[in-house]
Amino acid sequence: MIDPAAIRRQFPFLKRIVDGKPVVYLDNAATVQKPQAVLERMRRFYEEQNANVNRGMHPLAEEATIAYEEARKTVADFVGAKHPSEIIFTRNATESINLVARSFGETLKKGDTVALSLLEHHSNIIPWLQLKERKGIAIEWIGLEQDGRVDIESLRNILEKKKTKLVSVTGLSNVLGIRTPLEKIIALAHAAGAKVLVDAAQLIAHASIDVQTLDIDFLAFSGHKLYGPTGVGVLYGKRELLESMPAFLGGGDMLESVDQNGFIPAELPRKFEAGTPSIADAIGLAAAIEWTTLVCVDAIHTHTKNLLAYARKKLSTVKNISILGATSGNDLLGCISFITNGIHPHDLTEILGRKGICLRAGHHCTQILHKHLGITASARLSVGAYNTEEEIDRCIAAIEETILFFRKS
Amino acid sequence: MDLYAENILDHFRHPRGTEPLQKPTVVHHEINASCGDELTVSVKIENKKITGFSWSGTGCAISQAAMSLLSEELTGMNLEQLEAMKPDHVKELLGVPVGTRRIKCALLGLHAVKNALRKHAGQEPQSWMETVGVEN
Repeated sequence: MIDPAAIRRQFPFLKRIVDGKPVVYLDNAATVQKPQAVLERMRRFYEEQNANVNRGMHPLAEEATIAYEEARKTVADFVGAKHPSEIIFTRNATESINLVARSFGETLKKGDTVALSLLEHHSNIIPWLQLKERKGIAIEWIGLEQDGRVDIESLRNILEKKKTKLVSVTGLSNVLGIRTPLEKIIALAHAAGAKVLVDAAQLIAHASIDVQTLDIDFLAFSGHKLYGPTGVGVLYGKRELLESMPAFLGGGDMLESVDQNGFIPAELPRKFEAGTPSIADAIGLAAAIEWTTLVCVDAIHTHTKNLLAYARKKLSTVKNISILGATSGNDLLGCISFITNGIHPHDLTEILGRKGICLRAGHHCTQILHKHLGITASARLSVGAYNTEEEIDRCIAAIEETILFFRKS
Repeated sequence: MDLYAENILDHFRHPRGTEPLQKPTVVHHEINASCGDELTVSVKIENKKITGFSWSGTGCAISQAAMSLLSEELTGMNLEQLEAMKPDHVKELLGVPVGTRRIKCALLGLHAVKNALRKHAGQEPQSWMETVGVEN
């Protein structure tokens, strides 16, 4: 169990007062607030250790390089990677997926298939549509059950055609808050000779992921949804895969040697980290991971899961609200989305926002999923380590008030 | 909740100008992809004058109320007058402060009407930057 009061004291943002009351931040699927430990670690880096990495012979440059590489090791341990060099620092989960689409994607041929689920965020759709334009690959869509869970039969049918080279799926829907059955998906994909990319942008904050146990080929996530800063993301890739792939961005630090005719790429991980990386952000991400470990990662996961279940129970009693997707199950984490009869989600969240209650509204970068659900927009409530049942209560009461306000003639 | 003034909610709940128009000169559809607001406008044009107007749509209160408010003054207007209409005019019609995050909601109606005229004239549609007034 975590002590919410003790957790909350560590987040400066939560001291913000809106409309005379402390802010209720329930937009954690978009980005989470940062604990003091992360902010302080980044400030210390800039104040005491700031130097470029992998270059320069002065001691400060070495200190920065050590801190940056320690951060890589922290991330590697966190996701259970075999080698730190399997961790590539990118700008965010989107860039991590683009890296795979641009590099691994280059090895695909016309007629090869990439399978995506209808749950995917645009960041795990557009890079593959771009690859389709570039290389003539095909995209197959893994369907959903009535309740929004991945239809495994649909995946089976796609894999049977023996054309699938990659299955790229989210680990946790950023709209329905439904986990995907990664073990099953990975086993089926591997049996059919396909690699698997897991978009863990949402899952990373709500469940432990061990890339070796799950036998994940590629894993992508952002630092800022894991209590770390914006500006840093992670791509995990199996070493032999990353080694076999062509370099992505070209520039300083990603090469071993260069002459007028060509270049030899650097070894992993530098091969995929052209230019000065987001050093302070990577170190901030490591501090965030250390913070979650200090609090207890499992306790955070239990807390957010229980809190979401509480929110679901409360929301389901509100009149004129329809919750999207599955209503119960052990696989529901992170967020819950709903539509309100007669009120556009933007109007709802605008009014809630004026009371200091922060929810997201819109299509949440999942136009394909929203179209599949037959709607254009929804409102989303998403939880983090510092949220409490009292905050959920305040939010639900405000939603009810808003519904009344809108419906009175 | 000044954005949701009684006047705006009234237009949202009881939209004006939605009576279907017989034989419109031009029909135009606009969508605000980021939130899914949609408007279809039908305009009757005779002698460079708007002689009839009707609209239908779905979306947030701001987009629908702004279209409803605007629809009340379109009939009888010269095309030149409408072409010259500035985004500030719609803000005045709404009569409440509209922030950056809702400006596209407020101006979707104006965007649709202006692009209906462009369509009628066989011109390229104007961009959001133009409608919002950032670019000419």
